[in-house]
Amino acid sequence: MTGAPPPVTSAPGAPAPERAAAVSPLRRLLSELTRSRSGFVGLCLVVAILLVSLLGPLVLGSQVVGDPMRAWEAPSGSHWLGLEGGGKDILHLLVTGGTTVLMVGFLAATITTVIAVAIGSLAGYFGGRFDALMLQLTDVVMTVPQIVLLAVVGAFYKLDSPMLLGVIIGILSWPVLMRSIRAQVLSLKEREFVEAAQLLDVGWVRIVFGEIVPNMASYILINFIIAVTNAIYAMVGLYLLGLAPQKGSNWGIMINDAWTKGAMFNPDAMAYIIAPVTMIVLLQLGLILLTRTLEEILNPRLRDR
Amino acid sequence: MTADVSSGEALPGVRPGTRPKAPLGRRIYHSFVLRRLVRSAFVIWVVASGVFLMVRLLPGNPVDVYINQQIALYGKSYEQAAAEAQNYFRFDPATPIWRQYLDYLAGLLHGDMGTSIATPGVTVTGKIAQYLPWTLYSVGLALLISITIGLILGMIMAYRRGGIIDHVVSIVGSGFHAIPNYLLAILIVVVGAVQLGVIDYTRMRGNVSPGVTPELSLRFLSDIGYHATLPMITYILTTVGTWALIMKASTTQVLGEDYVTVAKARGLKESRIQTNYVGRNALLPLIAQIATQAGFIVGGAIFVEQTFSYRGIGLLLFESINTRDYPTIQGVLLVVTITVVLANLAADLVNAALDPRIRLGEGGAA
Repeated sequence: MTGAPPPVTSAPGAPAPERAAAVSPLRRLLSELTRSRSGFVGLCLVVAILLVSLLGPLVLGSQVVGDPMRAWEAPSGSHWLGLEGGGKDILHLLVTGGTTVLMVGFLAATITTVIAVAIGSLAGYFGGRFDALMLQLTDVVMTVPQIVLLAVVGAFYKLDSPMLLGVIIGILSWPVLMRSIRAQVLSLKEREFVEAAQLLDVGWVRIVFGEIVPNMASYILINFIIAVTNAIYAMVGLYLLGLAPQKGSNWGIMINDAWTKGAMFNPDAMAYIIAPVTMIVLLQLGLILLTRTLEEILNPRLRDR
Repeated sequence: MTADVSSGEALPGVRPGTRPKAPLGRRIYHSFVLRRLVRSAFVIWVVASGVFLMVRLLPGNPVDVYINQQIALYGKSYEQAAAEAQNYFRFDPATPIWRQYLDYLAGLLHGDMGTSIATPGVTVTGKIAQYLPWTLYSVGLALLISITIGLILGMIMAYRRGGIIDHVVSIVGSGFHAIPNYLLAILIVVVGAVQLGVIDYTRMRGNVSPGVTPELSLRFLSDIGYHATLPMITYILTTVGTWALIMKASTTQVLGEDYVTVAKARGLKESRIQTNYVGRNALLPLIAQIATQAGFIVGGAIFVEQTFSYRGIGLLLFESINTRDYPTIQGVLLVVTITVVLANLAADLVNAALDPRIRLGEGGAA
């Protein structure tokens, strides 16, 4: 699959696949994804990190026990990346450290997407006062820089669990997506199949959530992945600043720990700061490649809507 | 709320069917500006109210926390602690809450945001005035450079689609876009300064070298430029790819327009087509993006400034969070939001000036 002929120019552009509703769009997406080089790389990166982070703790155990006497030991045969300040194996920390990052990222993205799709499609479908009100609301929420708001919320109220952090990130970041969903619904609701459903008088719940929303499935999928990327950005940043719960261990806490202990000035400890940074960058890169390719496959015109 | 409704009413009366005449068109333009101004004021008001709610009313709010802390730590009486809180947060607990709210808003209008707890005797406004210019300078300049480079790269990419530059910028751009700016900052320090020793991190941190005083001299300007280099490189590298891709997409679209074909058919000079016909029109989506990006970068400044010890508004926020300096936190949140609102406003107005469709079309909806 990797050796596939170079750039496969996807669909001519005009017929957006989501319009051909009935064909299982997800399966076709997958086959197109594996044909595009960057899409394939992105998919591999994401799947690999997911597997390592989900299965790793099961294989190696989720508790990392350290021997403080052997702090900052250089990488060796038995400890490939060396030991950190508490004598814990860095590779082990790295493998177990992804679970929280991924869980919080996916939780936040799910919340964002659900809120955005629900409000966006209703606002777009019904228009009127509700629509105007929601637009005003997004106007306000979008202008407050999310990171600043998160930092302030984290400072005012104790965020004591990563899940709570995920929920807050999710609640704060839906407006941008809500706007694009609304714009999609505005154009979709003029289509014949919606008119047909209206004539059949099946009720607005079925029209909106049974007819319109499924037609945006691929679009929602792309934006879900983007939401994961953004949530991870926000979350790791908060961990770095020490504003997120510092219990347990994850990549964000590792970087924070390494930075505050001055690991960068210790040649033996280089892996402790570089490794988690690399993991996060690879994960973000994988997710971004995935979205870029999906966007290209689905509709070149949808880009930077 | 009332202000918002009035703007909504003012609009439909003026809008329809008045396009051809010049003076009226001018008035419509002004009403567009007015509408945007009212909207911006409305957003600022909502955020200010939200901050008030968060600081004064929600359970576990900083005022209560502060009072309890003073009682627990220093054995002060409730009255004494409350009086101090009142001084710092600028409110009077004896008056009803709506009165406090009005006083708070009136205080904001006068630029009064309370007094810093961490550095007694310094007003929050004074503190912010000390830090904000550095962020505006470093972020603003970086944004300008990044957009200019992205614009040029994007146009080259669109003209030579599939060429080397197109591929390289696409890949490198996505790569840098994938690195969160704070991690890039860390990497610059770890790899560039410690490992390779190329960057003199200890000398470059901070805003100015010790002993250099603010004045309009070459020495001062080059010094602040030197110290702003690392944060600016971080901002530029992480955003330039995005600008290039946006510019490429919009240029590609414009290149396919009929008027470009016509311009070519008329035998116009290629350079003129590039600047006057393609460039100008391709620029529009870019400007619309600036507003959103500005907010994002200002937010990211918290992380980046902390890494480079660059004494801007982001570092101020970080420090005041660590010292539990609530009045300052509240002030920074407000000021940062107002900055973003103003950036949005500026982008909207520039966009409207460039593209008549924006100020003439669409009602108050978008």
